[in-house]
Amino acid sequence: MNLVKRILPALVFSSAGIGGPLNAIAQETHQSPPWNQADALHGADVMADARQRVLAEGGDQKHFYVMFNQLEAQFAEAEDRFAWNGQAWYGGDLNKLWVKSEGHASLTDGGVEEAEIQALYSRAVAPFWDIQAGLRYDIEPDGLAHAVIALNGLAPYWFEVETAAFLSEQGDLTARIEAEYEMLLTQRLILQPSIEAELSAQPVPDRETGSGLTSISAGLRLRYEVRREFAPYLGLEWHSAFGDTRDMIEATGEDGEEIVFLVGLRAWY
Amino acid sequence: MINRRHLLHSALGAGAVLGSAKLLPAWARSASAGNLGIASLSGTRFDLDIDRFPVRINGRDGMATGINGTLPGPLLRFREGDDVTLNVTNRLQEDTSIHWHGLLVPFHMDGVPGLSFPGIRPGETFKYQFKVPQNGTYWYHSHSGLQEQLGHYGPIVIDPAEPDPVLYDREYVLVLSDWSFTHPHRIFAQLKKNPESLNYNRPTLSNPVGLGGMWGQMRMSPRDIADVSGETYTYLINGHATADNFNMVFQPGERVRLRIINASAMTLFNVRLPGLPMTVVQADGLNIQPVETDEFQMGVAETYDVIVAPTEARAYAFVAESIDRTGQAVATLGPRAGMKATAPALRPVPILTMRDMGMAHGDMPGMSHDAGSESGPAQPGHDMSGHDMSGHDMGAMPMKPDPDGPAIQPVRIEADIKRGPGVVNVAAMAMSRLEEPGIGLEDMPHRTLTYSQLRALDMNEDHRPPGREIVIHLTSNMERYMWSFDGVKFSEVTQSIKFYEGERLRLTLINDTMMPHPIHLHGMFFDLVNGGGHHKPRKHTVTVKPADKVSVDITAEHVGDWAFHCHLLYHMHAGMMQVVSVLPAAHPEHPGVPEPEPDADMHMDHQAMNHGGHAQ
Repeated sequence: MNLVKRILPALVFSSAGIGGPLNAIAQETHQSPPWNQADALHGADVMADARQRVLAEGGDQKHFYVMFNQLEAQFAEAEDRFAWNGQAWYGGDLNKLWVKSEGHASLTDGGVEEAEIQALYSRAVAPFWDIQAGLRYDIEPDGLAHAVIALNGLAPYWFEVETAAFLSEQGDLTARIEAEYEMLLTQRLILQPSIEAELSAQPVPDRETGSGLTSISAGLRLRYEVRREFAPYLGLEWHSAFGDTRDMIEATGEDGEEIVFLVGLRAWY
Repeated sequence: MINRRHLLHSALGAGAVLGSAKLLPAWARSASAGNLGIASLSGTRFDLDIDRFPVRINGRDGMATGINGTLPGPLLRFREGDDVTLNVTNRLQEDTSIHWHGLLVPFHMDGVPGLSFPGIRPGETFKYQFKVPQNGTYWYHSHSGLQEQLGHYGPIVIDPAEPDPVLYDREYVLVLSDWSFTHPHRIFAQLKKNPESLNYNRPTLSNPVGLGGMWGQMRMSPRDIADVSGETYTYLINGHATADNFNMVFQPGERVRLRIINASAMTLFNVRLPGLPMTVVQADGLNIQPVETDEFQMGVAETYDVIVAPTEARAYAFVAESIDRTGQAVATLGPRAGMKATAPALRPVPILTMRDMGMAHGDMPGMSHDAGSESGPAQPGHDMSGHDMSGHDMGAMPMKPDPDGPAIQPVRIEADIKRGPGVVNVAAMAMSRLEEPGIGLEDMPHRTLTYSQLRALDMNEDHRPPGREIVIHLTSNMERYMWSFDGVKFSEVTQSIKFYEGERLRLTLINDTMMPHPIHLHGMFFDLVNGGGHHKPRKHTVTVKPADKVSVDITAEHVGDWAFHCHLLYHMHAGMMQVVSVLPAAHPEHPGVPEPEPDADMHMDHQAMNHGGHAQ
């Protein structure tokens, strides 16, 4: 835990580079008036207020966004599950605070098997790319905290890409790479292939994880956008573990590979 | 033909009372004769109340914010030279304002909160007072928040003090707009969160143009014609959707003047009356040499006056089609009230080309235009326009003095635009597109209007060559819905653009984005450098096409702080705005303007000088 306490603030504040996320999100005030000819008629104070407002209305708006990319029932041979994957942000064009969460629970007994939440500061660094840094906390299975550094964006040819590296409080380094594509069959019927790979720099026996490539998930979801913000979907996903990870999982009697069928909802506001 | 206008003037000259309907100006006659469905106010004192009120649009109930309870607001009929007073009362829970679009009023009467005045607070009445400085077709609208989208706009017609050179038997004012049942703050939020979410013409598996190739690599869509489409908007003519069929009546043989105002928040319109040619006589309130055409594209805030002279006693459709062809508003011009013209089918959705990305090489229709021959900062032997035509101008490169040019060269001010989160800068090679009619109108089987065809009816007053050139890039990142000038959002601006009272300067707008932007400067007209010599058309709003490079000459006469912005409401709201400060001669920063040199290069257009001859 000490490591995390040392690393996290350094990561968050240095990556912001401008005095921390909260300062960065607050708009700096304008020092000398950029124009002021009406001050003579209406008074400098009154016009300063009005000027501040018109400037803020010209691109300094903050928005709140929430998106459940996956809110789904997964039907598998071994066990049926409920799974979620969502994100929310608040902020302006360049600086945002992000919250991400994903996990799954058993549909048989309702027990939450995996649940993580991330709080990140996000900074736009290029036309299509954001760098994010912050904290991840795994509520289940083991209450482990991680420092996070991530790169999010839109790659050429319209691939949504998300990469993240995690350093756990036990010093384990892992990474996740996800890519998604949206193929419009019609203006409302959309096929979304996705792939996610997990990697680990070292074996983490507590989590049945070996080193190297640990697992891959590949999914295909077909959604219908009743509105852009509201789209039910059907799909399937293939999960597979690799290398030592697979051996460890299979040693416990579980499958190292499975195919699940999905019914879910994608929604944002 | 009866010259009704002259009749009217002679009657007024003799002190006659306006008693006979025949002598009333067209706008004042009964509904069947014109302006059906639009309220009208005239005189010198006007009371305007800003409030929320219910409206019924296309059979559905909505809430509007607007003027005197009607959508659009009432037609304000001024007379050139009159001193008018307009008491604007704010009955909303939030600030409001009215800007008189295109009227050259003193800057403290211009109605832009934060620039010309603090705005009108709830419950407050603001008294606008000015001498009406010009004549023609204009409009007025809120400059506060997103109120324009909610119905806060109306038309202005100013009758000329001198006899109108345009002859007509009746007239109609046509206010085009885009109405949404979704609140504008929600529309803006949708655009910020998911910029493509309002577009229902995206590339699909069966129509994949834009997924691969240069488009995919650049993450740009050739189907991105309008940010907000007919899926969200109901398009209106004088507040009437197609189903509500706004009606205009004519008698065969009459000359009917249509005063067309694009009062939309976001929609450029293609305007046509199938089967009926239009003679364009006015652009942005100022008379132009008549030019006959069949269709034109009009940017938001532009106005065009056209004369149509139908001879057949049949119903004609007046069609305002959105630029992305996801919807249209259709009105009827017929020999009897209550007729309904057949609305034409929507035409196929246009697809952007590499030229819109600024990546096309080789033969371009724009290459032959002669803007370079006009006296500008480009000196003889140093034809600046020739540079971009031959593809040497790299857009964002600051221009170096020409070693072979004259010893004293005009200053050219251009920012070095850097690619970054807010700037994708796709237009690698902008060039003039004045000879093109606009997106989707390139290959029409009929005539289409281009900016290069416009010629002012009156000779331009200021013949001085511009003393300096300011280059401004229109910049964006569509993926983040960020819009700006020179990569700087309005919220990030620390200094306004400075003009000096008395100077003549050139403003060159380079569009680094793939959307057309109707650019508006308050308080002064743009003399569009389009090869018109001393008859450059003078406009308050100029639409800059994707990857376009447009120059306008400006005489900085009116001291004040003036808004300068893209008239697409959400682009302005996202940051595509600046302020132009015209500093008075006495201001310490004013460098002094040299005495105007006599202009040796006078292009006298004798045909155009003959004012009487154009209204045949």
